[in-house]
Amino acid sequence: MLIDKKHIGMKVPPHSVHLTAWQLKWFAKATGETNPIYFDEEAAHKAGLPGVLAPPTFFFCMDMDKEHPFDYLETMQCDLGKMLHGEQSFNYYQPIYSGDTLDFDGEITDIYDKKNGALQFVVKEVKVRRRGELVGDLRSVMVIRA
Amino acid sequence: MTQANFASLNVGDELPSLTTEPVSRLTLALYATGSGDHHPLHLDQDYVRSKGIPDVFAHGMLGMAYLGRLLTQWVPQGAIRSFGVRFTAITQVGERLVCTGKIVEKLVQNGENCVRLELTCANEAGEAKHKADAVVALA
Repeated sequence: MLIDKKHIGMKVPPHSVHLTAWQLKWFAKATGETNPIYFDEEAAHKAGLPGVLAPPTFFFCMDMDKEHPFDYLETMQCDLGKMLHGEQSFNYYQPIYSGDTLDFDGEITDIYDKKNGALQFVVKEVKVRRRGELVGDLRSVMVIRA
Repeated sequence: MTQANFASLNVGDELPSLTTEPVSRLTLALYATGSGDHHPLHLDQDYVRSKGIPDVFAHGMLGMAYLGRLLTQWVPQGAIRSFGVRFTAITQVGERLVCTGKIVEKLVQNGENCVRLELTCANEAGEAKHKADAVVALA
């Protein structure tokens, strides 16, 4: 079943996330990071940073940090067992640190298909703000297999 | 870190590469904790077998995180203006990933000297898992 294109322009329920040094420490351990500004609060402060620095892909983790991270696909009645991550991109305006609270505000910007509907693509764009200031944005393409 | 410098860099120059440890089930469990992504496709062998998939496989965003490390071991993170990836193949447990990058363009963007990079995350046999690009501002 093809996803109804009426969902283009749909707003994703907004959410806010408080970024903790604890989570960044585990992320650094998982990804083999050795630079302590990414996992050690004291080292980050010594480097003149206000907190542990979130690495370049961490906006994605925070955007997923909600009870139903794929709520928008569920609204479109997609089978999440048939979902693949197709593309992911980021623009960066300001660094973010442990201690920050960030607001995520997303919208579905495109829905299209290939191979006569065997592959469907849902594009979501999200703006990330800290106290109203735009700090970054994300663009995700999720692929739904027939 | 030797500071990368706009004037001294040329199209075709390569970034210092990054080779990871083999991706293990422990890596995937740690990544689930650190990222908050606990999708059973990456953790639960019983679940994946029930879907007709032989084994758990890595989160795509783990590979992108390794590509992020490739960038931040080369320039301070604040220099990265944009970073995007296409996921082209699945990473299996046991694979070691090799991240490489090269300069494909020198450009001025919003008044800043920048380089555009093409990045690849591949297994040791050279099968590309992710193809990425990034724009980095350089003094």
